Amino acid sequence: MTAPETGYTFAYLDDATKRMIRRAILKAVAIPGHQIPFGAREMPLPYGWGTGGIQVTASILGPDDVLKVIDQGSDDTTNAISIRRFFTRVAGVATTERTADATIVQTRHRIPERALREDQVIVYQVPQPEPLSKLEPRRAETERLHALADYGLMHVRLYEDIARLGHIAKAYDYPVMVNGRYLMSPSPIPAFDNPKMDRMPALQLFGAGREKRIYAIPPYTSVRSLDFEDHPFRPIRAPHACELCGSTDSYLDEVLTDDAGGRMFVCSDTDYCGERQAGANKAAAE
Amino acid sequence: MTALLTATGLDLRFGAIPALVDVAIDISAGEVVAIVGESGSGKTTLLRVLSGMMAPDAGTVLWQGQDLRAMGEAARRRLMRTDWGFVHQNPRDGLRLNVSAGGNVGERLMAVGARHYGNIREQALDWLKRVEVDASRIDDLPRTFSGGMQQRLQIARTLVTRPKLVFMDEPTGGLDVSVQARLLDLIRGLSRELGLAVLIVTHDIAAARLLADRMLVMRRGEVVEQGLTDRVLDDPQHPYTQLLVSSVLAA
Repeated sequence: MTAPETGYTFAYLDDATKRMIRRAILKAVAIPGHQIPFGAREMPLPYGWGTGGIQVTASILGPDDVLKVIDQGSDDTTNAISIRRFFTRVAGVATTERTADATIVQTRHRIPERALREDQVIVYQVPQPEPLSKLEPRRAETERLHALADYGLMHVRLYEDIARLGHIAKAYDYPVMVNGRYLMSPSPIPAFDNPKMDRMPALQLFGAGREKRIYAIPPYTSVRSLDFEDHPFRPIRAPHACELCGSTDSYLDEVLTDDAGGRMFVCSDTDYCGERQAGANKAAAE
Repeated sequence: MTALLTATGLDLRFGAIPALVDVAIDISAGEVVAIVGESGSGKTTLLRVLSGMMAPDAGTVLWQGQDLRAMGEAARRRLMRTDWGFVHQNPRDGLRLNVSAGGNVGERLMAVGARHYGNIREQALDWLKRVEVDASRIDDLPRTFSGGMQQRLQIARTLVTRPKLVFMDEPTGGLDVSVQARLLDLIRGLSRELGLAVLIVTHDIAAARLLADRMLVMRRGEVVEQGLTDRVLDDPQHPYTQLLVSSVLAA
């Protein structure tokens, strides 16, 4: 492993920036689901690659922390590897691929299958923090709608889905009400993961770099997915078992295996799948 | 009868131009009041001030005894989607064009907390029927509707929460005469049936005579004459009203 770079402040960001971001985080935790503006810095990777998440992680990271980074549930995709290596180099912290061993999990598009604990923090990379952005393009107006808790518009969108398609078609970035007050975008996680956010023991932090917003869900806060009484929220999952570990309750990826139409369904959470396979091998060996 | 909406001493200037000069008006439950006058006489401005969309320079607007300015934006917005309705002259200002007809009608219901899809849909269908829009068009976008249909859809969307008072800003403007006649008939029928109070701004004297119980005549921001519709139109006192009444083309 490469030695930590010298010439940088611990975890890349300078102290004043970290203090500013921590202040924003504290404010965000105090008002669950409310978007707090912050002065996002230029990071050494492009917008859309997790600049918001990285800045939040950099601000809360300590030398004793163990960092896990996942992208679409996987620990070994480009985004996850490069962010992990970034923090190894600029902070010298330990990294892991095991959810159970991590103290901070930075994620893009998934929540780990293994339930998170009170001593863990999950940091989401958020492309678009404003859940109403597609319905009301004016930022000043959406802020007013949040202030007045005027969320009828979001239900109009769900109504349209049912009227046209017979069901609510939003399969990711499914809007949620946090603590019964603020409408929040959960970042582009699949709707399947939404129930995991409800009363999660871990602190959940959300960072949007390009949009310069931070928001948070404190531990054990109620998070409810929007729905209609006669069209209740349903987490969507491919109706298969994982071909590697046989799990029937994890979120699955469909993987093309050749050009002849071959495909397989495997767990999107690689750590979860690996642990289950190891467990099965051990059981078979005994 | 107690007044729903009472306004006294309203003054508003746009620079040197007086838009409202010491205007007073009150509207009781179930009453249809028309504001007529030439273009630029302050009719629409008065409507905007009364509905809280604009603040006057001086004067107060009371809604059921409560000062509109003092009640705060959240309460005003709640009024706007429960006890009040606003029908714009151009239906495209009042409708969401990228949302289906049913969604447009249902929006106010959802804004006040309706969360049962079946019920919302049922009410939307019921209201489309009342305003004579074919039920099969419930999932069509309003931009595929004709102007008259759009206006009727806007009325359905406004009335679905059964408001007490509806502001209408020249609701028949820009429509051809036969469509106008049907729309006026519809507004008259619905306001009688639901006991709505309606404040309607129009420059169409015939429409005012058909709909209104009372009438205010405005000119250069001042109310020059007011009274029962038939009295004002049959026995105009003010020279300007006389001019206005004599200018109506006899069909």
